[in-house]
Amino acid sequence: MEALARIAKAAAAAGASAADAKNNAAAGSAGFAYGLAAIGPGIGIGLIFGSAIESMARQPESAGMVRTTMFLGIAFTEALALIGFVVFILLKYA
Amino acid sequence: MMSNVIAFEFPPINELLRWKDVWAAGSLNKVGLIAVASALIGIFIFMSAAQKNPKVAPTGTRNLAEVAVEFIEDNIIMQTMGRDGLGWTPFLLTLFVFIYLCNLPGIIPLLQMPATARMAIPMFLAVLVWVIFNFSGIKHQGFFTYFKNVLFPPGVPKALYILVTPIEFISTLIVRPFSMAVRLFANMLAGHLLLVIFALLSEALLQARDKILIPVGILPLFMLLFLTAFEVLVGFLQAYIFTILAAVYIAGATHPEH
Repeated sequence: MEALARIAKAAAAAGASAADAKNNAAAGSAGFAYGLAAIGPGIGIGLIFGSAIESMARQPESAGMVRTTMFLGIAFTEALALIGFVVFILLKYA
Repeated sequence: MMSNVIAFEFPPINELLRWKDVWAAGSLNKVGLIAVASALIGIFIFMSAAQKNPKVAPTGTRNLAEVAVEFIEDNIIMQTMGRDGLGWTPFLLTLFVFIYLCNLPGIIPLLQMPATARMAIPMFLAVLVWVIFNFSGIKHQGFFTYFKNVLFPPGVPKALYILVTPIEFISTLIVRPFSMAVRLFANMLAGHLLLVIFALLSEALLQARDKILIPVGILPLFMLLFLTAFEVLVGFLQAYIFTILAAVYIAGATHPEH
């Protein structure tokens, strides 16, 4: 908040309106929101896939069950990244 | 200098997602029409498949319908609910076919808009699944047993219920429908925006004033082709994941862990 206020003050000094400054700050942080949100799920999905491949290679007969569970795990992990994406959209456009 | 080599400006998001009403104000817009059309196409395929003689070798729509039913039974119900869950085939099949047919227009030329990229349809479907898994849980276990199993999972030390009960309440009754809706919506919206970005980028590069940029425009064009193929996969996968999550939630509500 303080940082936003400082940016707004600096922008007002430069002749831009406070709303412009807020939009710029929001657009700048939108990218960070998504980038940060993608780190954890990226690692998580990698781990899920790795373990799934390992168990499928060890026991090919259980591949069907492993695949179903893998998709479930990916769906739960991916939700965090997708919420980050929604925050990105909200920051940028709302 | 660099910034005006390609005068590339991304359109405001409402231009990509908000469609005008087709006939008059308050009537259906493109997204609504796609949703209605996918419901009708699904109904048509399965009705016409049901009309065919089951004793002769399947042809046409019956082939399609049989593949879909077998896919739901083998890959979704048997993996998550077991044999008892086969009675849920009609519901899950409807869910899967409707979501898939809503996702598909995202890559069909001229339509180019997945109906699930607006929040209304995923949210409605998620609320529907929420109502159904809660009601089937209440029906199978009784009102108090169901909520006792959900909110006070057995096998947890008594003192931990202070911590576990709010978490279970939020994760089962609030986060489940929310994350289901957001997962479908955000995936389809992200795919739609990616296609738009690469289409606009290749258009801007292929029509650049600087002649040297025109061959570079091939790259985003290839990316666009690749992403379109990827969206085929994503549309299928999201329908599959939504259906499998619905199956898991219903199975969890009807057969509690002991």
